[in-house]
Amino acid sequence: MAKIKMPKSNPSLDMTPMVDLAFLLVTFFMLTATSRVTEPVIVDTPSSISDKLLPENVIMISIDAAGKSFFNINNSDVRKRTLEKMGQQYNITFTEEEKKRFGGMTSFGVPIVPVPGYTGVLLKEYINMEDSKRVTTKSAGIPHDSLHNQLRDWIQFGRIEAAKQAKAQKEKAEKLDRPFKYEPLRFALKADGKTNYIAVKEVIKVFTDIDIYRFNLITDLEQGPTAE
Amino acid sequence: MAEVNTDDGGGHGKHDKKRAKKSSTRIDMTPMVDLAFLLLTFFVLTSTFSKPKTMEINFPAEPPPGVEPMKVNNALTFIMTIDNGIFYYDGEFYPEGNAKGVPPTTLIKTDFSSEGLHKLLLERNKPTITAIDKLKEQLMKKEIADTTYKRLAVGEKGKKDALTVLVKSDDKAIYKNIIDVIDELNICNVGKYAIVDMGQKELDLLNATNK
Repeated sequence: MAKIKMPKSNPSLDMTPMVDLAFLLVTFFMLTATSRVTEPVIVDTPSSISDKLLPENVIMISIDAAGKSFFNINNSDVRKRTLEKMGQQYNITFTEEEKKRFGGMTSFGVPIVPVPGYTGVLLKEYINMEDSKRVTTKSAGIPHDSLHNQLRDWIQFGRIEAAKQAKAQKEKAEKLDRPFKYEPLRFALKADGKTNYIAVKEVIKVFTDIDIYRFNLITDLEQGPTAE
Repeated sequence: MAEVNTDDGGGHGKHDKKRAKKSSTRIDMTPMVDLAFLLLTFFVLTSTFSKPKTMEINFPAEPPPGVEPMKVNNALTFIMTIDNGIFYYDGEFYPEGNAKGVPPTTLIKTDFSSEGLHKLLLERNKPTITAIDKLKEQLMKKEIADTTYKRLAVGEKGKKDALTVLVKSDDKAIYKNIIDVIDELNICNVGKYAIVDMGQKELDLLNATNK
């Protein structure tokens, strides 16, 4: 009986299309990547059906499960100038290097000046830490009781500086005859689902005291209830 | 001019013409592919794809001192407490032995399941939900435009006799419960709601009920 001979095929295959695709994807991800920032606190937000995206121009207060609050401004220029103004308010001078570092940081939760009974890290020291050490440092949260309301000052100065920057951008755009799209500053609250509501309420009180009533509560997206 | 020495020793054989060595045009791409996929994996894992989602909410301003709290018709009040507890009552709050002689308010217990809160809100907000469903139907049939639908739906939710919900909580409730209630209100098309502080008498009643 004659054996059927299988055609001999070359085991190496043309990888060019695959390489093309791989590099295309690499390029795509490199360009779109906004690298994940390590925040000093893990906040497990509750879920809701809301699918509104978080605006770009926000001041964000994170509240962790223990009720400690952390402050963040998305815009790094505004961050730097807010730090400068806070330094003036509390008589602390920050060097250019420190401002630059602060501009690249994410949220922080340490006081700028000590409050009675506080012995932990202060903001100046916190800024000058190595990144790896900063991540492991335990933050005590920004004080916001009625006597030492540093959180309120951060929000106030952040708000003023954000408004100044928007004005400067508008003038610049008008000079160059370019369209200017103003995005109002929003206030985001990112609280952990397990936080006692009283802690969130205290932070909201800080905002309502300075006439800010509209918030963006950050939530995870969940599917709406399906009809049975 | 510089001359290249082509004499390679004993190379004077049959061929006088020097021929370039014929080599394959294919190169081994495996290392490059390895690298490409390594980078791809790295960027896929480190990139944060989606921006976080948010829920917009307005908090009521503190009323100026001396101003009576506004009377609302068709109100429902939810009170959150420890261990995911949730109570509600209808209309206004009447403490025990009030001047008007109205029977005192009692708190009714409910829960976050679809049989509890969801069902209750569907029932109470029926007129609004029916009206919005009708609008949705019109939208599906292309009788009204998308923007018209949105405007009419908001108007329907904000009607004077539409359900108004007050969300209150004691000191022990957790943030998730508040979000869950607001989320449920959004699902059930309740347009008028507010997170407000609780009165002392309500707190007393809550503590008495939730022993």
